[in-house]
Amino acid sequence: MSEQETKTSHTDPHALRKLILELSGVDIGKCIQCGKCTAGCVVANETDWTPNQVMQLIRLNDMETLLGSSMFWYCTSCQTCTVRCPVGIDIAKVMNTMRLLVLDKQVDPAETDVATVNKVFMRSLKAHGRVFELGLVMNKNFRTGHPFQDASMGPAMFSKGKIGLKPHNIKGRQRIKSIIRNAGRFLKRD
Amino acid sequence: MTESSQDPNITLYTYSEVEEVKGYVGNFEVTIRKKARSVDLDTCTGCGDCIQKCPKRVTSEFDMGLGRRKAVYIPYGQAVPNVPVIDKDTCLFYTKGKCRMCEEACGPQAIRLGQEDELITEKVGAIVVATGFDQWDWTKYGEYGGGEIENVITGLHMERMLESTGPTAGHVVRPSDGKEAETVVFIQCAGSRDPERGVSYCSRVCCMYTAKHALMLKEHQPNSQAYVFYIDVRAPGKNYEEFYQKAQRDHGAIYVRGRPSKLFERGDKVVVRGVDTLTGKTLEIEADLVVLATALVPSKGSMELAKKLNIPHDEYGFFSEVHPKLQPVDSVTKGIFLTGACQFPRDIPDTVAMSGAAAAGVCAVFSQDNLTIEPRIAEVDEDRCSSCFNCVDVCPFGAIEIATRGDRKVAHVQKSLCAGCGNCASACRVRAIDVDGFRDHQIYAQIRGAFEWGERP
Repeated sequence: MSEQETKTSHTDPHALRKLILELSGVDIGKCIQCGKCTAGCVVANETDWTPNQVMQLIRLNDMETLLGSSMFWYCTSCQTCTVRCPVGIDIAKVMNTMRLLVLDKQVDPAETDVATVNKVFMRSLKAHGRVFELGLVMNKNFRTGHPFQDASMGPAMFSKGKIGLKPHNIKGRQRIKSIIRNAGRFLKRD
Repeated sequence: MTESSQDPNITLYTYSEVEEVKGYVGNFEVTIRKKARSVDLDTCTGCGDCIQKCPKRVTSEFDMGLGRRKAVYIPYGQAVPNVPVIDKDTCLFYTKGKCRMCEEACGPQAIRLGQEDELITEKVGAIVVATGFDQWDWTKYGEYGGGEIENVITGLHMERMLESTGPTAGHVVRPSDGKEAETVVFIQCAGSRDPERGVSYCSRVCCMYTAKHALMLKEHQPNSQAYVFYIDVRAPGKNYEEFYQKAQRDHGAIYVRGRPSKLFERGDKVVVRGVDTLTGKTLEIEADLVVLATALVPSKGSMELAKKLNIPHDEYGFFSEVHPKLQPVDSVTKGIFLTGACQFPRDIPDTVAMSGAAAAGVCAVFSQDNLTIEPRIAEVDEDRCSSCFNCVDVCPFGAIEIATRGDRKVAHVQKSLCAGCGNCASACRVRAIDVDGFRDHQIYAQIRGAFEWGERP
C-alpha cells in the first residue's frame, strides 16, 4: 500500500476522471462498484489492483498508484469486463488508455516485459504489416535478457510451418503503418 | 397545515401535550394540557409588532442554533397558527419581572403575560400517534470531536443552511468564520448501524438526504466538492437509485466506501481520516465542513406517551405495531393507530402512505355500528371470582375493570380492549378467568390428542 495521501482543495479532485474521459471517451463516473468486471477477469488474480479498484483509483484521483499498477499490463483485452459491465463502461478501453498514459508520461511500467512485448509487436507490425513471429520472439528474448527462452519449441514449430526464417510483407503495409501512426497521434495532443 | 387549521371539522391544539388518556376504542377521554403561550389565540392578528419590539435575542432552535430569534417568536415562517409564543425561559418579564414591551406594542391587546396552562378534556373515538423523531446525540462520538469542533455539523444544520429563506440565505458556510465551504465531507451512519455506542438499525433516510445535500451543494456553490463516506448506499425507492447516481455522476460527489475513523482540526480545516475499503487505501481529506448523517431516534418523551396510551414500544422507544407486515399502522390497543417515524425511521413517501392507512383505519372503526373483534378474549366466571384482582394488575392493556354484582365486587373484561394474551388466566388463582378457545380443558384435550396420534410415520 502506498503512503497516505492528503486531499486538499487546491487540486482538481476529478482531474484523472476527466483525463480518461478526454483520451478514451469513457466516463468512469457511471461505475457502481458492483465488481462484475473483476469477477469475470481472467488475470485479476495475478494483478496488484483489480479492474474495479482501477475504476475506484481513477475516482479517487490517485494517478501515482495507478501508473504503477500492473493491472493494465496483464490485461489481455479479452473485453469480458466491457461486455458484462451493467452500466456500459468500456473497461478494456480504460485499461488500454492507462497503458498509453504510462508510455506517454514515460513512467517505468510495472511489468517491463509486457511493455517490451507490446513495443516489439508494434514494431514488427509497422515493418511488415503483419507479425514476423521468429523476429518477434528473438527480439523479445534479447530485450528481456532470456535469449534461449522457449527455444526448445522452435524446431517443432518450424517443421510444422508455424514459424518461418524470413519475414513476409503484406501488400498494404504502408497503409497499416499510417493507421498505427494516426492511432498514436491522439496522445501527442500537447 | 394551514388547510387543516381552517377545516371546521378539525380542532388543532398546538403547543399542547397529552396529559392522560382514559377509556377504550370509540370512547377515549383525553386530557390535554394547553400550554400558556402568553398570547391570546383569538385576538392576535399575527402582525409581528411584538416580535419587532422585543429586546431579547436568543439562538433559534428551529435554525439549529445557526440563526437568532426573539424571546417572543413564531418558530418558523409557515407555522400554524401564525401566532407568536413567549419563551418563558428567556423573556425579560418572566426572568426579571420587567420589560412588557410586547404588551405596549400590541395593537389588539393580545399579550397575556401571566396566562396559565389550561387543561382540556376531549372525547374522541380513535387516536393517531404521529410524534416523529429526534436526532441521536452524536457528541457521544469522541473521535468525531464530541461536539467540540465547530465545523462538524449534522444533516439538519445543512438542511437549514441550504434553505433560501434560512439563516444563511442558502449559502453553505463554516459556522466558525462564516466563510463559504468548499470541501464538504458527508459521513453516513453517524450512530446508525453501531450497536456498540449508537443504535443497531439503519435510519433509512440518511442516504437519500445526503445525496440531496451533495447535489444541492454543487448547485448552490459550483466551486464546492462533496465527499461522501458510506458503508452501503441504500436507495430503495422510486427513482432513488437514479437520484443517487446523478449526484455522483453529474454533480461530482465522490463516494468513498468506509466509515472515517477520526476528525481533528488542522489550521482552520477539519481533517477527515478515512479509508476507501474498495482499494484499501487510507486517505485524509482537509475539509471546510463535515456533515454527519446522524441516526434517527424516537422523539423525547415517547416512552412516557406510550405509558399514557397503554401501547407497547421497543427498546429504543419506537411504538410497536401489531404485525410488521400485515398490520403496520395498528397499535395493540384498539383504536390507537401509529404513523410516521414514531414507529420506525421512515421517509416522507412512506409516512404519507402510512398516514393514509391510519386514517382509513380510523374510518373503518367509525363506519361500523358494531365492532368486530378477535374471538380469543378473556372471560370471567363471576361465581368463581375471589375478588383478588390480580388480573387487573397483570393486564397490559388495562382491559379488566372491577364491576359490582350485588354486594360483591368481581373482575370484568372490557371486550374491546382485551387482546387475548392470557396473562390474566395464568395469574388467576381460582381459575375464574380464561381465554376463549384456550381454556384448560381445551388445551388438555389437544395434548391428549397429540399423544393418541403421536405415532405417525
